Amino acid sequence: MELLEKNEKLQDNKLGSFEAKIERDDAIEPRDNMPEGYRKHLIRQMSQHAHSEVIGMQPEGNWITRAPSLRAKQILLAKIQDEGGHGLYLYSAAETLGITRDEMIAQLHSGKAKYSNIFNYPALTWADIGAIGWLVDGAAIVNQVSLQRTSYGPYSRAMVRICKEESFHQRQGYEIMAKMMNGTAAQREMAQDAMNRWWWPSLMMFGPHDSESPRSGDAFKWKIKRSTNDELRQKFIDKTVQQAEVIGLKVPDADLRWNEEKKCYDHGPINWEEFHSVINGNGPCNNQRMAHHKKVHAEGAWVREAAEAYRLKEEKLN
Amino acid sequence: MTEQQALYKYCLRLGDNALVQSYRLSEWCSNAPTLEEDLALTNFALDMTGRAQALLAYAGEVDGNGKTDDDLAYRRGEREFYNHLINEQPNGDFAHTIARLLYTSTYEYLFYTELMHSADERLASIAAKVVKESRYHMTHANDWAMRLGNGTEESQGRMQAAIDGLWMFTGEMFETDAADALLRDKNIAVDLGKIKIKWMERITEMVKLAGLKMPQGSYMQTGGLKGIHTEYLGHILTEMQYLQRAYPDATW
Repeated sequence: MELLEKNEKLQDNKLGSFEAKIERDDAIEPRDNMPEGYRKHLIRQMSQHAHSEVIGMQPEGNWITRAPSLRAKQILLAKIQDEGGHGLYLYSAAETLGITRDEMIAQLHSGKAKYSNIFNYPALTWADIGAIGWLVDGAAIVNQVSLQRTSYGPYSRAMVRICKEESFHQRQGYEIMAKMMNGTAAQREMAQDAMNRWWWPSLMMFGPHDSESPRSGDAFKWKIKRSTNDELRQKFIDKTVQQAEVIGLKVPDADLRWNEEKKCYDHGPINWEEFHSVINGNGPCNNQRMAHHKKVHAEGAWVREAAEAYRLKEEKLN
Repeated sequence: MTEQQALYKYCLRLGDNALVQSYRLSEWCSNAPTLEEDLALTNFALDMTGRAQALLAYAGEVDGNGKTDDDLAYRRGEREFYNHLINEQPNGDFAHTIARLLYTSTYEYLFYTELMHSADERLASIAAKVVKESRYHMTHANDWAMRLGNGTEESQGRMQAAIDGLWMFTGEMFETDAADALLRDKNIAVDLGKIKIKWMERITEMVKLAGLKMPQGSYMQTGGLKGIHTEYLGHILTEMQYLQRAYPDATW
């Protein structure tokens, strides 16, 4: 009985120290005690983040072989490599929570783990590469800048590195759009069309309105999340609308107005029906993206097996 | 043929090899057996794109008709490309890509090591940069040849099939034409005879270490030096040149 009480006290102290750390804004590190809910929340969020980086390589990879200049091809290749690299850091950071990359990939394939909904939309023209860099990466940065202060140390450090690279991505995307808006009529039309298709899904990247967001309570308490969905979305809209105006792109929102009182833009209603439908599997590329990831993973199995067999043989020899 | 024409063609050949390889390596994006390998292969594609850019820009300058690297990459037709046929062959399975990389990176490492001593300063300086990349590509190909050749029964079978299948395209890498002869006299071009011996030694050694057998086929396909390609090149150009051809007035 005494032992049990001692044990409980110990647990309380440990949790107490977790809460005290959160209170003091100290980073939580892998060996620190943490509530199971915190660990689970982070695994879900970080693996989703890692999968998003990797699945995001598909729509952009779709244009590497058709990039219209050698320079454009180099920039796109470098960018996609960065995304893959981000996937690697994030998988490693998530592994510190006691899950393996293989398990995370299995969860992606079973549908238990998700990836960013935005990559369920197709990259149809070269302007889409501009729009993805400018709008999608632009939205991602707003979110990731806020996550640099997230409470879990490995996640926060990964975000610091990632943010540096993402700002380069956003600039390259904007440069593509600017070049096209300065180009021929056909190029301008292509750029506006991409803007029209990517604007609303980019706004959806921040998730449901704060009033509808189911998991934010704990995430705020644990300081995993520092800003609300609506705050981040607003930040993105305010900076992006101005950038669009500079190069002559029209934001496809008839209700978009500057609100002098609030000093920010008011926007029209977001189509949440579409958002939920795509999240639940009914988007233009959901099946394509998953089928591709599964196929490549299965096709690569013999290579991974060979590497492992060789490693074991070498280990025996040494 | 003047020296200028010979140098133009020589630069195109080297630039086209890099350009076409960059295309094939980029096709691995989101298709490799591991995320690490996806990054490695597309990183090589990036090296190759930079190499193509340097060599085609120089070709344009040598030619003197005001053509840029992009003009040469995106506005030439099938019969005006001079790359080795091995570079345009489809990726096949991972073993094929590794076998192709093994053959070509070993060749390029030896080739550019020699080209560093070219009497043409521009080529020599490009070679100094390229040789570092090629050494890295070759190490990567060697590592994978070891793993696949000595891994499982399946990987060994696939690796053997790959080195056998691509063998018929290796002879062409050592072929020379009038441009080579002219530039050899000026100490600009590389002596391919010398390279061939070293290449054969290294490949024989590597194949043995990987637990594989040297390919036996004696038929060697040729044509790249004359701009006569396999059917695959046309498809590569169709895709690669699509935007430049469809919107000729646009700048990107």
